[in-house]
Amino acid sequence: MESRKKAVEIRQVSKTFGTFQALETVSLDIYDNEFFTLLGPSGCGKTTLLRMIAGFEEPTTGQIVLHGSDIQSLPPHKRRVNTVFQSYALFPHMTLEQNVAYGLENLRWPKDKVRARVAEMLDLVHMSKFARRRPQQLSGGQRQRVALARALAPEPEVLLLDEPLSALDLKLRQAMREELRALQRQTGLTFVFVTHDQEEALDMSDRICVLGDGRIQQIGSPREVYENPANRFVANFIGETNFFDVDVLSVEGDQAKVRTPMGMELTATQKHVRPGQKQATLSLRPEKIGLDDQASGQILSGTITSTNYLGGFTHYVVRVGDADIRVSRRNDLSDTPTLAEGATVKLGFSPAATRVLGQ
Amino acid sequence: MKDFRFWGLLPAHVMMALTLIVPILIIVAVSFATRGAYGGFEFSFSTEAYRQILFNEGWTGELEFNPQYLLIIGRTVILAALTTLICMALAFPVAYWITLQGRTARVILLFMVTLPFWVSMIVRVYAWLIILGNEGVIEKALKLTGLVTDIDTLLFNSGAMLVGMVYSYIPLMILPVFASIEKLDPALIEASHDLHGSRAVTLRRVILPLCWPGLAAGAILVFVPCLGAVLEPILLGGGKIMMMGNLIQMQFGGARNWPFGAAIAILLMVLVMVFLLLNGLRATRRAMEEMT
Repeated sequence: MESRKKAVEIRQVSKTFGTFQALETVSLDIYDNEFFTLLGPSGCGKTTLLRMIAGFEEPTTGQIVLHGSDIQSLPPHKRRVNTVFQSYALFPHMTLEQNVAYGLENLRWPKDKVRARVAEMLDLVHMSKFARRRPQQLSGGQRQRVALARALAPEPEVLLLDEPLSALDLKLRQAMREELRALQRQTGLTFVFVTHDQEEALDMSDRICVLGDGRIQQIGSPREVYENPANRFVANFIGETNFFDVDVLSVEGDQAKVRTPMGMELTATQKHVRPGQKQATLSLRPEKIGLDDQASGQILSGTITSTNYLGGFTHYVVRVGDADIRVSRRNDLSDTPTLAEGATVKLGFSPAATRVLGQ
Repeated sequence: MKDFRFWGLLPAHVMMALTLIVPILIIVAVSFATRGAYGGFEFSFSTEAYRQILFNEGWTGELEFNPQYLLIIGRTVILAALTTLICMALAFPVAYWITLQGRTARVILLFMVTLPFWVSMIVRVYAWLIILGNEGVIEKALKLTGLVTDIDTLLFNSGAMLVGMVYSYIPLMILPVFASIEKLDPALIEASHDLHGSRAVTLRRVILPLCWPGLAAGAILVFVPCLGAVLEPILLGGGKIMMMGNLIQMQFGGARNWPFGAAIAILLMVLVMVFLLLNGLRATRRAMEEMT
């Protein structure tokens, strides 16, 4: 991974609006041909970071490097990056063709090459037959595709996508997810994708950068950020989980011996505990807990206080001592019974499935 | 219900008929009447008044072409068009700048744009007499620079009239242009920059085309009253340079040729309607284009 060519380097960049610090000092590298996602709740600074790469905002401190050259002093129109805007921002007074050709004409491409490229791009997003239409005559999904074609046409070094799927309805969003991913593989282009939707991020990304409170919380592959969240923020933001405050007894490699409030001692997986850390948060994902006959490993006993049938899964809240533990059970047999509220159940989990988080 | 619709609207219809349609019909009638021996008009059908716009009657009754009035009409259209263009060029940056201000500042600035309407038009145009007049602010300033020592007068020419008309009508351009710029989605400007468009390209290819409806509306609002301008030619043009408005006024006043005055008034109205129609057709075509 480290030997790959860097497409974008964010070096010690911070951003302050008036007295509000939108982004604390962050540094990160985005590699060539990568689908890189900036994930975080609204106000976490992800869009600000993207807009700084595009050139719409100036970093308060630090430097942004595109393929080895500092682009700090370049205005947006001289940067070889293009953006897919959240609202698409298609020019309403131009046809789709003219929209896609706009960037190429500004780059002074010869006319015949512009025509060929526009046709190629519209074909790529399956919009050729609408070439002469105007944006107002299109559905949301179609506009989305044209916005993509328009941003891809000038052959950017990096494509920036600012929550491009958030305006679409659910079914379309899922279809576009696959299309976007396929497009990225097909073009081999570096995509920097901004979203607040953790499922979208897990589904599409090569790597995810989780941002929160203007800070980088964790950077890693989807599997890494889900399975080994760096801290409570990440574990809480991506997927659902159960938290326990635990005392750290000892740490050995990626194993940590901890004691739970209920007095249970167990050996859990750790990757982010700092040396000398005495207190920690233990995370246990709901789907890693077995109920009744599926319970194995560490066994607890509790009472079901709520059940939610969700089709593929049933979610339970089980009261163990004075802790509420969320459990997700797959309905893998058509006759998997739903356990009744108030019933006493056995819970089981493997200590290796628990994670001790850093602070 | 249907009754109410009829009776409810009746006062408005009567009002429109009495104040708009009847007077126009009277003017049309007068334009086809004959000039009275001592002013006024006599009821006998004649197209004399319309003929007079283009032809003089010679000693022996033959018609000879007289370009004098055509010249006035041409000057009127050209001055009105120039005023409109200058208003567009000045109003756009002003309106744009206003949209960039904060909420309160915007309201105050817009109020200031409309402020001149609270003062009588005559007073406002008269003010320009003082500004442009002999020993006026501009003349004195020019002399102080030493570049110009000998100025006959800045007044009583087409330039002074133009200044006066631009000043009088520019608020009517700023307001609709402001409205159209305010509606502009800032993301479109960012998209243009993002797609390698410089500021100049963005202005020419994105901002101006999208603000065109506002500019067109402003153009109509400025152009039409300019065609009928009376005050500016009298005060700033010194009555030496006539426009259609003055010509009409003269026929009903000093020249006592009511039918001719009415005929020119009709001509002016037709001119205005042609421009409105052209603008309407353009707007319709645009709307059609966007629908198909």
